Amino acid sequence: MSEIVIDNVTKIFGAASAEPFTAIEDFDFNVKDQEFISVVGPSGCGKTTLMRMVAGLESITDGEIRVADKPVVGPGPDRAVVFQQFALFPWKTVRENIVFGMKSVGASKAEQNDAVEFYLGLMKMEGTEDKYPHQLSGGMQQRVAIARSYAINPGVLLMDEPFGALDAQTRTIMQEELVRVSRDNPRTVMFITHSVEEAVYLADRVIVMGRNPGHIREVIDVASTRQSEKWAEEPIDDVMEMSSFTHLRGQVWRLLREQMGADM
Amino acid sequence: MIRRIPLWLWSVSGIVLFFGLWQGVVSVGWVSEFVLPSPIKVVDRFLTLMGRPFAGFLLWEHALSSLGRFMSGYVLAAAIGIPLGLMMGRFRLLDEIITPLFESYRYVAPLAWVPFAALWFGTGIGGPIMIIFTGAFAPCLVNAYRGAKLVDMHLIEAAQTHGASEFRIAREVLLPGSLPSIVAGLRISAGLGWQSLIGAELIVVSSGIGYVMTQGQMNLSPETVITAMLVIGLIGLALDVILRMIESRVSSKWKRE
Repeated sequence: MSEIVIDNVTKIFGAASAEPFTAIEDFDFNVKDQEFISVVGPSGCGKTTLMRMVAGLESITDGEIRVADKPVVGPGPDRAVVFQQFALFPWKTVRENIVFGMKSVGASKAEQNDAVEFYLGLMKMEGTEDKYPHQLSGGMQQRVAIARSYAINPGVLLMDEPFGALDAQTRTIMQEELVRVSRDNPRTVMFITHSVEEAVYLADRVIVMGRNPGHIREVIDVASTRQSEKWAEEPIDDVMEMSSFTHLRGQVWRLLREQMGADM
Repeated sequence: MIRRIPLWLWSVSGIVLFFGLWQGVVSVGWVSEFVLPSPIKVVDRFLTLMGRPFAGFLLWEHALSSLGRFMSGYVLAAAIGIPLGLMMGRFRLLDEIITPLFESYRYVAPLAWVPFAALWFGTGIGGPIMIIFTGAFAPCLVNAYRGAKLVDMHLIEAAQTHGASEFRIAREVLLPGSLPSIVAGLRISAGLGWQSLIGAELIVVSSGIGYVMTQGQMNLSPETVITAMLVIGLIGLALDVILRMIESRVSSKWKRE
């Protein structure tokens, strides 16, 4: 059970300095086990900071974050992160990158080989195991990074705008693939994005954040609509034209617009 | 016209001109052979020293014993400087602790350590190694440090969130990430270490190229001194060529990525 409990968390940068900056204030939210949460918000709302605190890459000023009932004190393989910049090790081959985390958690050689074969098959990337990241397209590189994270079987997957650096077409393909992969290998996922469509298409619930300081503006439920409208059975382009989808997208979009209006 | 002449020919003509002038100045009698021996005399001395022991050993044996000392000090400097530099680049606190000490040490010339080397090690092997170490250490540390600082933070965070220990981060992320910078540092180190070695040998030992120089000086044999200088220069050049080759290999391999 990998529930994420974000318990009244506040993050202040430079708390001891002359000009402290409150990035997030009194953030209170529970991500259920195996739930897919998207976080959207205007830039500077602290969504990446939130994810980094769950990852243990950023300290928490006040409050607590618990993952599987354990307080987060630092980074760990139970909370693998997929970065926008892919962050593959350029001096390692595809295979070496995928098994990097597995080695940390003590997987056997046979398990490593199985995982490489399984994930490259899943990502339709057979035959690339000995290539280096620079020999792959951006989409392929991000697939490898996602495989690297899935391979350690983390309770929680954290994704920081993972498709932000990809072109529109690749991005759509990756979104569809992620839905497929996460349906077959459900994990608790926290997915940070700028894209409203992506957020609605992927998530069970969408957190819309507001800024100054970062807080929850509203939480929109998507899971019930996805199930009743059977999105999973349709290709992504068709889903995005369904009225059930455009309705939710419009709802999130209006919330974001209000935010931006409030700043102007 | 000038562009047609291959570049290496310019280098060769520079060398020929230099030795020609040198020989000319001595042959014409402008300077005495006691002050500046002619190149021909130096070559003759070089060949003699290769075949007949001087100051206890043949010339190449002196060179080997110098190289042995150099390698000991150099490897020691790299073995301590590189890991320490990487760790300083990774851990802010260590950086704060070491940097002030290091910044004051690095401006003390290696030769300034000679009195202490003599005091602590006498004429033993430790003295010269210590001097070479003080010469070669700084570039090893500085370049590893700068290299580690420039490693993409996301790679370190990716390693951390995929369960890597600090040791693995150092070995599999920081070290390969800063390799081009480290190799460049090793090249600078080799030059400085080799220079300092000769200085050390002038003072504290009884074999080696530096020792040949002091003995040549005492025997009023300037051609021996120049021969030793020549050997120092040639070995230094060879070291540099080898490290340059490694450096260009590493940087071309890394640039692709």
